[in-house]
Amino acid sequence: MRDFAVAFFTAIVVGAGFWAATPVDTQTARPARVAGKPNLNGVWQALNTANYDILSHPAKAALAFRPGPVVPVPAAPVVAFGAVGAVPAGIGIVEGDEIPYLPEAKKKQLENQANWLDRDPEIKCYLPGVPRANYMPFPFQILHSDKAIFFAYEYAGAVRNVYLKDPGPAPVDSWMGQSVGTWEGDTLVITVTGFNDQSWFDRAGNHHSDQLKVVERYTPQGPDHLWYEATIEDPQTFSKPWKIRMPLYRHINPNARLNQFKCVEFVEELMYGKFRKTQGPQ
Amino acid sequence: MRKLIALAFAALAATTVVAQKPLSLRTPDGKPDLQGIWSNSTITPLERPQNVTSLVLSEAEAARMERATLERRERLNEPSDPDRPAPPKGGDGSTGAAGNVGGYNNFWLDPGDRVAVVDGQRRSSLIIDPPNGRIPALTDEARARQGARLKLMAGRGQYDHPEFRPLAERCLLSFGPTTPLVPNYFYNNNLQIVQTPDHVMILMEMVHDARIVRLNATTHLPRHMRPWMGDSIGRWEGDTLVVDTTNFPPQQNFRGSSENLHVVERFRRVDAKTINYRFTVDDPSTFTAPFSGEIPFRAMDELIYEYACHEGNYALSNVLSGARNEEKRLGTKQEKQ
Repeated sequence: MRDFAVAFFTAIVVGAGFWAATPVDTQTARPARVAGKPNLNGVWQALNTANYDILSHPAKAALAFRPGPVVPVPAAPVVAFGAVGAVPAGIGIVEGDEIPYLPEAKKKQLENQANWLDRDPEIKCYLPGVPRANYMPFPFQILHSDKAIFFAYEYAGAVRNVYLKDPGPAPVDSWMGQSVGTWEGDTLVITVTGFNDQSWFDRAGNHHSDQLKVVERYTPQGPDHLWYEATIEDPQTFSKPWKIRMPLYRHINPNARLNQFKCVEFVEELMYGKFRKTQGPQ
Repeated sequence: MRKLIALAFAALAATTVVAQKPLSLRTPDGKPDLQGIWSNSTITPLERPQNVTSLVLSEAEAARMERATLERRERLNEPSDPDRPAPPKGGDGSTGAAGNVGGYNNFWLDPGDRVAVVDGQRRSSLIIDPPNGRIPALTDEARARQGARLKLMAGRGQYDHPEFRPLAERCLLSFGPTTPLVPNYFYNNNLQIVQTPDHVMILMEMVHDARIVRLNATTHLPRHMRPWMGDSIGRWEGDTLVVDTTNFPPQQNFRGSSENLHVVERFRRVDAKTINYRFTVDDPSTFTAPFSGEIPFRAMDELIYEYACHEGNYALSNVLSGARNEEKRLGTKQEKQ
């Protein structure tokens, strides 16, 4: 008991020392509003498993399987990951827990899922698109001033400048689309158009065409929470619009910041390793 | 000599004071407003040409430089002769992305067309210190480092591995330096600044790189954390934003710099259309002295678009696989590790 008390006391002292020694950015007091609107500044993150599958899904051994002697087993390229490569369960973020695919599009989703290793743009560190960027397992920072609303994502260094004045139709398709923001009371509504057909919604092969239109609604629920809703419309892929929703949480650690995950460098071996002069072990 | 430098600085400081007007462009918290979309493109070179002695160009000299740029561009923009022969096998001998067997022609380039004007002075170089406008000599250590790298990448060696290819070709960073914000004299010298009481975000259009400067911070990242573009912390000194950047990765070198590179930048909004940007580069293991430069950022009334580089990067795989094919043709094999 005494040992325990000593250890406990030591832990407290050491812990206090750690906090005292760790430099903490002093931030100016966080005002509730910016230019009359709710202050969206901060580092935000979703806390769910939607990036694995936006629909409700049980835990499973891997994202890629091959037929096994008894049940399907993790495919050779991912078997070494063991428990790290397994998928945690999650309740879906889609309203009604169903995506109204057109028949051809549903077929494509199943093909995508079966060929996940070759097809998921996340594996190659491609830009995540919207809404996927918001619920990837990485934080993002909103920079909100009287003149601008800018989203900087940790994953792949993706960015969105939210135009507060509509510049008209996007002149060219892009991965992250063109974002135009308006306020409806205290809700920031961002209409995103001008997408290419390359990004996915998750690692389960859910996809869209270049006709995608996403209308996002960010509604503050206190200083540290945003309620996020997005309506997905794409008549080439879905029979009707559908909706996702989730809370977004603000990192309240005073030291919170966006780190860098420039994964382009991390996938060079995957994408270009076969072209090296000196070949590594295959 | 020392006196001369002091005098030169005094002169610069004096011009600064004269040129500074009361600033109405402020954010709601009273700081100078640096926000907007800016271009740092210019035809003023980073280093002063050897045959030019003065930092300040006369109006006639500047006009001559700008006219020559315009005439050259007009010449290059003339329609190509549809009956021209194919380029010679192996390329025409010119170098760079626009040369060889034909890469980008002038249509794709946007290197700037104006002489840099800072505090009313037309400048012959962006570098203002040392007074000769040139980057100080490299240290022995830096020369040895450079020599080793050149040896490693000699001849076809530069095509051996993706890591040997330039950062821009790997879609990791822009063609030009991103810290400091020196123009690349090529294209895409566009940046956006968004400013809050706690952060200043500087976005380089290429490659959608947002450098988020932490204000009110006192310490840099731990030494072993070295993000691309470095770790930037900033503070306001009066009406000047001062940004201090360290923790560069060793692969991101500015004119041969090492991981000890230390960059201090000063942003000063001088009028509705201009930020005066000043940078100081210090790296004792590379340069025999620190050096500083000034660049005007001009407000743009255009938008910035997505520069999705990696997603369409056929160049890197083609460059590397081309080299492997060439080796096969010549009878050399891919080596096993």
